[in-house]
Amino acid sequence: MLQIEVNSVYKSFKDVQAVQGISLAIPSGEFVALLGPNGAGKTTLVEMMEGLRKPDSGEIRIQGKSWQKHENELRKIIGLSLQETRFQEKLTVRETLRLFASFFGLGEKRVDEVIAWTGLESKHQSMTGTLSGGQRQRLALAVALLNHPQILFLDEPTTGLDPHSRLDLWKILKSLKDSGETTLILTTHYMEEAESLCDHIIIVDEGKILREGRLEELLNENARNLDELFIQLTGKTLNENPEKSQ
Amino acid sequence: MKSFKSNQLYQLTLTQFLETIREPEVLFWGIIFPVLISIGLGLAFTQKTESKFHVILVETQPTELDSLLCLYAQPEQIEGKEIRTWKVPDDILGNTAFRFERKDWHSAIVSLKRGEADLIVTDSTGRMQYHFDPHNSQAQLAYMKLSALVHSPEASVTTTAAAPIRPLTLKGVRYIDFLVPGLIAFGIMSSILWGVSYTIIERRSQKLLRRMIATPMKKSNFLFALMFVRILMNIVEALILFFFVWWLFDIQIQGNIGALLVLFMAGNIAFTGIAVLVSCHTSKTEVGTGWINAVQMPMMILSGIFFSYHNFPEWSIRIIKLLPLTALTDGIRSIFNEGAGWMEIITPSVALSVFGMLCLVIGMRFFKWY
Ligand SMILES: Nc1ncnc2c1ncn2[C@@H]1O[C@H](COP(=O)(O)OP(=O)(O)OP(=O)(O)O)[C@@H](O)[C@H]1O
Ligand SMILES: [Mg+2]
Repeated sequence: MLQIEVNSVYKSFKDVQAVQGISLAIPSGEFVALLGPNGAGKTTLVEMMEGLRKPDSGEIRIQGKSWQKHENELRKIIGLSLQETRFQEKLTVRETLRLFASFFGLGEKRVDEVIAWTGLESKHQSMTGTLSGGQRQRLALAVALLNHPQILFLDEPTTGLDPHSRLDLWKILKSLKDSGETTLILTTHYMEEAESLCDHIIIVDEGKILREGRLEELLNENARNLDELFIQLTGKTLNENPEKSQ
Repeated sequence: MKSFKSNQLYQLTLTQFLETIREPEVLFWGIIFPVLISIGLGLAFTQKTESKFHVILVETQPTELDSLLCLYAQPEQIEGKEIRTWKVPDDILGNTAFRFERKDWHSAIVSLKRGEADLIVTDSTGRMQYHFDPHNSQAQLAYMKLSALVHSPEASVTTTAAAPIRPLTLKGVRYIDFLVPGLIAFGIMSSILWGVSYTIIERRSQKLLRRMIATPMKKSNFLFALMFVRILMNIVEALILFFFVWWLFDIQIQGNIGALLVLFMAGNIAFTGIAVLVSCHTSKTEVGTGWINAVQMPMMILSGIFFSYHNFPEWSIRIIKLLPLTALTDGIRSIFNEGAGWMEIITPSVALSVFGMLCLVIGMRFFKWY
């Protein structure tokens, strides 16, 4: 069954056309990477799939259901982390997780599980305001994983992490992939991340899909890796000096 | 059965509560500061203090006042100026002190403009002449007291009054009795407006609201939790305030305590509604501050917290009485000081609750969760 169907979706803000006619179909258990430079429209697209923004036109279905009619049902089966969330600073990691667990009717047992899974054991009594950037990303991931989501959306989960923490996070996601019960949509600026984690890669820029497919389908003689492919497609680099590309 | 601890309303309330009490500054400004203010104001207005009047003499020739000053006033040098102080003791109305200083006409006018002086005394062919702004009641009082004193320097107002003065020592007529219910009402308003609106706006700008509604959280639970915690804090604040004023000034609640609780809740509902309405759209704390001030300032001035609104023009009083803070303040005051009960508070309680619910519904209609 298709987990996510996006059908010629458009979204614009005052003077910016953030998403211009994107369509995709994501089958169950697939890990999908959305790659693109700053301002490509990744967050806007993902937030529409998450039901947090309404498309101007076009259609989005999650497990065949639309957000308008089935919001309550769909909220229970997805997990997500936003590009930037600041949790309540004066709550501890555990209290924050308990709060979010209660939204799903889950208790302490599940909180313990995600704390262990995301390696936050040593920090579970710390106020979230005192966490480092990487620890905060882990907390966001822990919150996203609480409800055993069937579909998981992660918006730049590894931005700002040191290489070691990034590897840790990849390990968590790989174990998720091995269990095969979760569909993942991940946005990133990092080629290696897309290459090592994801089955399907979608390259977007200026609100449009430039190229999509499996990694080996995308590469050819002129583009031996994603970086080269990206330069070939857009004339821009992906994550180095992103401000230059704007 | 699902555990009580994994109930979302419980968790929302608990975390909101923890967050509030873990912020020491919030506790200070929300609870300790209002208590200090009321104690300060209470002490300032109930202590028997001397009334002081400052009189400037611009005389060319000595008048009857000068001979009296030689007899009764104490000369002293303050900052190189010669000042004479005439103290008039009075057991009932409190002591009065007149400070006399000599200046030329020009500097006398400057002092008057600066509010340093109340009266200017000049002379005309050996007789005193008083100069003051007739609309200034302090100046008027200074004039009346001084002219009476010059007329009969030995007698005090109290002993010469045609009818004897009987000081009222009934409960509920002192200024502190007037002030405390006002401060309780004001405390409810500011704690809810700042507490609820600010939390909502801040969460929205942190994208936390958006993160929360991306879960199956019930939106109403989020607002209920905010309101519960605020009401709890308001009860604690009112109790602390009440304890201190009871202890220091022997203030008592003469009316029905149950009715007081109902009115208190109605006030909380009204201001929660306003707070949600005020914060329903913006994610900028500056805009929120603007709105909160726009709501709070007029009510703080008009609703009779610190002084009675009966000094305002007749036509405006009808409007003032419709303000939620006025309804709440008048209600609490009547229970504290007039012994009011259920009958008197039904109308304001219902009006406040309905108004609050209405604001809440409109606010929720336009509420931006992200
Ligand atoms: N709320 C908004 N109001 C106005 N314009 C917006 C808004 N959100 C996004 N945009 C614009 O839409 C375009 C796409 O933004 P989006 O956040 O989707 O990019 P992105 O691919 O996630 O970028 P990044 O890699 O920097 O996160 C940008 O040009 C941005 O300025
Ligand atoms: Mg983004």
